[in-house]
Amino acid sequence: MSSPSHGIGGLKYDPKKRHRPAEVNVLIALVAIVALFEVLGRLFVGDSFLFNTRDRVDTLFNEQRLKIIILQVSIIGIIALGVTQVIISGGIDLSSGSIVGGVAMITTAFAQSALNEYGMENVKPILGAEWLDLPIVVPLAIGLTVGLIAGIVNGSLISKFKIPPFIVTLGMMLFMRGVATFVTKGRPISFLQEEYTAIGNGMNPVFIFLGVAVVMHLLLKYTRYGKHTYAIGSNEAAARMSGINVDRLKILIYAIAGLLSALAAIVMSSKALTGQAGMGIMYELDAIAMAVIGGTSLAGGRGSILGTCIGALIFGVIISGFTFMRLDAFYQEMAKGIIIVAAVILDQWRAQKQAAKA
Amino acid sequence: MSDIVLKTEGLTKHYGGVHALEGADFEIRKGEHVAIMGDNGAGKSTFVRQITGVEQRTSGKVIFDGQEVNFDGPLDAREAGIEAVFQTLALADALNVPDNLFLGREKTKFNFGPFSILDFKAMREDTLKSLERTGVKIPNVDNPISNMSGGQRQCVAIARTATFHSRLTIMDEPTAALGVQETAQVENIIRTMKEAGEPLILISHNMRQVFDLVDRIVVFRRGRIVANLRKEDTDGQDVVAYITGAKTGAEYEGAA
Repeated sequence: MSSPSHGIGGLKYDPKKRHRPAEVNVLIALVAIVALFEVLGRLFVGDSFLFNTRDRVDTLFNEQRLKIIILQVSIIGIIALGVTQVIISGGIDLSSGSIVGGVAMITTAFAQSALNEYGMENVKPILGAEWLDLPIVVPLAIGLTVGLIAGIVNGSLISKFKIPPFIVTLGMMLFMRGVATFVTKGRPISFLQEEYTAIGNGMNPVFIFLGVAVVMHLLLKYTRYGKHTYAIGSNEAAARMSGINVDRLKILIYAIAGLLSALAAIVMSSKALTGQAGMGIMYELDAIAMAVIGGTSLAGGRGSILGTCIGALIFGVIISGFTFMRLDAFYQEMAKGIIIVAAVILDQWRAQKQAAKA
Repeated sequence: MSDIVLKTEGLTKHYGGVHALEGADFEIRKGEHVAIMGDNGAGKSTFVRQITGVEQRTSGKVIFDGQEVNFDGPLDAREAGIEAVFQTLALADALNVPDNLFLGREKTKFNFGPFSILDFKAMREDTLKSLERTGVKIPNVDNPISNMSGGQRQCVAIARTATFHSRLTIMDEPTAALGVQETAQVENIIRTMKEAGEPLILISHNMRQVFDLVDRIVVFRRGRIVANLRKEDTDGQDVVAYITGAKTGAEYEGAA
């Protein structure tokens, strides 16, 4: 009993055998998938997936491909960062994709300019001529506020009226998709200001994604907010008993998720140079999938921002890899489906193995 | 001032038509360890839920530290100094030992409301200190609680009360689900508390344990207190008679 290597009940504990963090497994999966595409590429396409085989440029890696891998997942990645903390708290957010659509339409309606870059005149402004060329902060503030409010409504309904998150966010999903179509009766919005389109230009979405990821990582790892988020996802009754204001925390969690969906909407419409009512359809599921592939448990209490970032990269690699293999897009969807289910099976198997050891 | 830590007068709780607790008069003094015994549904847990603010009483008074108190919730009671270890463990499985000990009252380096930055080092040090003080041996406090045995979890829950120098500790069947060795560990912690003069209300079905650990035994039956016995003046058979209803304390005649 007195030996430090023994717990009570004679349980042995070996400090050298530490549990491998879940992120390491996800990273191994990412490396394995990249390696698989590299091998398959050399065998069937006669090209390298990862390395540069062009003589024109002098780089080791195929930088273009690496850039595209991360660029194409960075917008959904921003949503996934918000969804990750929602899932860790034991909830779910199905409304994120529709918030993207709604916010994209509302924001771009306020971000129109009188002339486009070719000097063409904007003859049919959405909100009338006096609403053109507003200071850039106006559309941004309006867009982010709409996302924030949608999130606060989600969180309030969930915590105050005790409605399951699935139902609340399903309702918000339908409502916001309606809002997206309502703004222009479904017409796309173009003639966006140059300051606005500069936001999502080039690799900016990647920098925004990484910046948000760092902030969210610090928030979840080092603050009271993060600790309590894990606590309510792990045992809500215990968290309540410990004096955590669970209702207020949930509202905050969904508010941040809504805010990040709005940010994704701004980046996306800016990058696409247009606002469209169909923007963000199915993004909520891709975002959830990224989080789950990254090791976030749908049962709550487990997961990390780092894991979700790697999960997003796995997504990007699969999309790029299938394009590189010259396979049709529907194979991508099939592969994504298989990987999501496989990730959850592996995770549960690992959890069971750990439980058996304890 | 008297040395009475907690006193209840006519504490009553009705759940609709069910009279779960009826006119309970109870007191506990400084340094005293009191056991609450009784059959299932006798009102033991209901009694604890009223004094810890988990539920709001129907009527009656709770006097803590010489003042009448009305706790809005368990946090209120905890801030006043009443710390409870509940039957259902109030621990977050995904968090490690320091995180659980300090859950809801984390130490922070900088204060920004919910975004306050946590002081992990101070919390870890305090955790190790209080584990040492209570004699709890946990090999790796950085392990999530989910990787620990039932006994270790119970010890963590109990160590939580020791960390914050609560003025009254309440344990609701702390060894119900534990093995022999683990039970011994928990009982050792309770003895340490006795030596430190910390008052304790212990709910238990285990007669041997009760006679080993406490000074006084209060028996509940069908929502009422039916006996208040000093350990020296009674024995196991006597207590069983009170629990089953074969006997009722002289001062409680007509109560049940």
